[in-house]
Amino acid sequence: MLIKGGTVVDPASGVDGLFDVLVRDGRVAAVEGPGVLDRVEVSETFDATGMTVAPGFVDVHVHLREPGQTYKETIATGTAAAAAGGFTTVVAMPNTVPVNDSTASLAWMLDPERGAKVHLYAMPAVTLGSMGEHLTDFESLARAGAVGFTDDGKPVLEDHVMQAALLCAGRLGLPISQHAEDTRLTGGCSMNAGTVAFKLGLRGMTVEAESRIVERDIRLVREIAKVDGVRAHLHVQHVSTAKALEAIRRAKEDGLHVTCEAAPHHFTLTDEAVGDFDTHAKMNPPLRAENDRQAVIAGLLDGTVDCIATDHAPHAAHEKEVEFERAPNGITGLETALGLALKVLGREHGMPVRRVLELMSQNPAAIVNLAGRGTLGVGAVADVVVFDAGREWTFDGSKALSKSRNTPFDEVAMIGRVVGTICAGRVVYRG
Amino acid sequence: MRYAPGSLLTVDGLPAMEVASILALTDRLETMDPKAKSTLLSGRRVALLFYESSTRTRTSFELAAKSLGATTTLVSDKSSSIEKGESLKDTGLTLRALGAECIILRHNAGGAPMLLARMTGLPVLNAGDGMHQHPSQALLDLRTMIRRLGVATRGGPGEWLRGRTVVITGDIRHSRVARSNAMLLPRLGAKVILCGPEALLPEEARCLDVEISRDFDQALDGADVAMMLRIQRERLEGLEIDLNEYSARYQMNADRLAQGKPGLVVMHPGPMIRGLEITGDVADGPSSAIEEQVAHGLAVRAALLVRALGVSA
Repeated sequence: MLIKGGTVVDPASGVDGLFDVLVRDGRVAAVEGPGVLDRVEVSETFDATGMTVAPGFVDVHVHLREPGQTYKETIATGTAAAAAGGFTTVVAMPNTVPVNDSTASLAWMLDPERGAKVHLYAMPAVTLGSMGEHLTDFESLARAGAVGFTDDGKPVLEDHVMQAALLCAGRLGLPISQHAEDTRLTGGCSMNAGTVAFKLGLRGMTVEAESRIVERDIRLVREIAKVDGVRAHLHVQHVSTAKALEAIRRAKEDGLHVTCEAAPHHFTLTDEAVGDFDTHAKMNPPLRAENDRQAVIAGLLDGTVDCIATDHAPHAAHEKEVEFERAPNGITGLETALGLALKVLGREHGMPVRRVLELMSQNPAAIVNLAGRGTLGVGAVADVVVFDAGREWTFDGSKALSKSRNTPFDEVAMIGRVVGTICAGRVVYRG
Repeated sequence: MRYAPGSLLTVDGLPAMEVASILALTDRLETMDPKAKSTLLSGRRVALLFYESSTRTRTSFELAAKSLGATTTLVSDKSSSIEKGESLKDTGLTLRALGAECIILRHNAGGAPMLLARMTGLPVLNAGDGMHQHPSQALLDLRTMIRRLGVATRGGPGEWLRGRTVVITGDIRHSRVARSNAMLLPRLGAKVILCGPEALLPEEARCLDVEISRDFDQALDGADVAMMLRIQRERLEGLEIDLNEYSARYQMNADRLAQGKPGLVVMHPGPMIRGLEITGDVADGPSSAIEEQVAHGLAVRAALLVRALGVSA
């Protein structure tokens, strides 16, 4: 395949300009200036004139709901939504039913039989059943393809369990991806603590509920380095508060292996979006106040935040059409991530497209150690997104490819539209 | 979000002119020919959907509807399909299919009335939702104040309570009544002081157009109305409250009443815990407007029903 006429932006290889990309056997075979590859015989040409051609996006945090809750999403539908959003690699969280905590469940999930449309990886649970007590078999899971471990949806609360997890995963060179929430402080809470929660009469989650766990985990990473000589990798999921970001910033300055992700909804919306108890604005961590939103944006701009992850969390309509306090947390996100990133980070805060791409492809690929991904360097896996970086469009939730429609971004204006997604040299989405 | 006309879900944003209109309708209904009044809602169907126990609110809504000739039905969570797990949406759709034209909802979850209104498209009257709002209570409290304080309501409603101070004391954190009054009364010109210890009155309350006081005696100085709130023991888990100390600092008793401004009106939305937030002698004494509040509840709720069903009176 020849992807022709586009502006190639590949932060990893430093390419930024008009180039054609030749794909052979699922790999990038050549990236050359206009016309150089015209005589090469190809079976297919992808016309990318006027478009941006970039490494396919990598999402280190998605919920695909299979097994167990296929009425919300399946691996096939969730990865189709991923392709529509320009993602060529997704990492599935383990809070399925049953929890993905064994090599058998991991193998089942990764089996081609499930019909994944893009590359699928998984992070199995840190603890059996994500109960927070006994570690899963990290070594066997790593051999079976785990790219990290997480009890996502639940934090690993006990110090000694988290310490053991960081040490064990660190020895394997894999991250522990932590949902940072001190649940001892958030019982009965359904949104961010603050004036909006007060007005609505809802119990709120304080920013300390997030930052305390982040600070605790960083302390453990530091101790492990000192006592065991192991460089443990802590990855903080969906960071949402200035306080937690400050702790991460200090840890990075100290040279610790701490990375973090931010979700598009946390840099786009505040807790004001809850409005009249709109369950589509209910997620965990919750939408925060404006100062925290600005802190997340600042973290994305200054490099404290390593990547954008969607925390794509589909729920059926009937599950969200309930009382706010009873509604499940989470929104879909795969199909709106680029549009929000280019609108909020790019247009409103001046982030160059190149930096957006680092956050969506190169950096997340590095977090989960995917060599040869997140780049269009020659020899890399030919995972490519082609998008119209300046295109203004309105997201239509009814046309989403995800099985669920729980999004606060229905009918919201976006910038940057995916027109094609190529996964290992094969077109998996054409807009 | 647009809701069916006649809905009353919250006082947040309810214009002062709309408040004046509801109270004027209440006055008109009170002086209306009893015979004509008793058929005003004849043939109309009103459903009372109660997920929480209630004496005053439920009975006054029901009696108000019946006094206007409406057919009422009561559905509670303990004697319906709700017990079997039926959702609020489906319960609302069922009531609509059975001909309900208006639903009065009390619910233990904040925002439930908005959900019901969105799902059914019917006018919904919020009879108290979680810790969020109790708008009909705020309106009946306002009417009680107006009557007790002898306020003239001829001018613009934004001036009705100008120069008046209302002190709301107690468990503000958990009180939908406090939230509703604190949002409504300043719009009528009142100075509102919220009073209580930090555990029951968080600093976030400063986001409202009110003052905050930790000293009840100081707050009462010059106040026209002292609205006492029930200490919600069921919601105190995890909070550090010494009830004896609370009573010493925040209870409305004869001594505090004596030190207050002459004519100080004592109010309480009920249910009261006598001896805790208020002493029995004050609750039963001449300064107390507690029974009048209940009576005004009946009148205001009749007006809300007439408004909800779009009947002119």
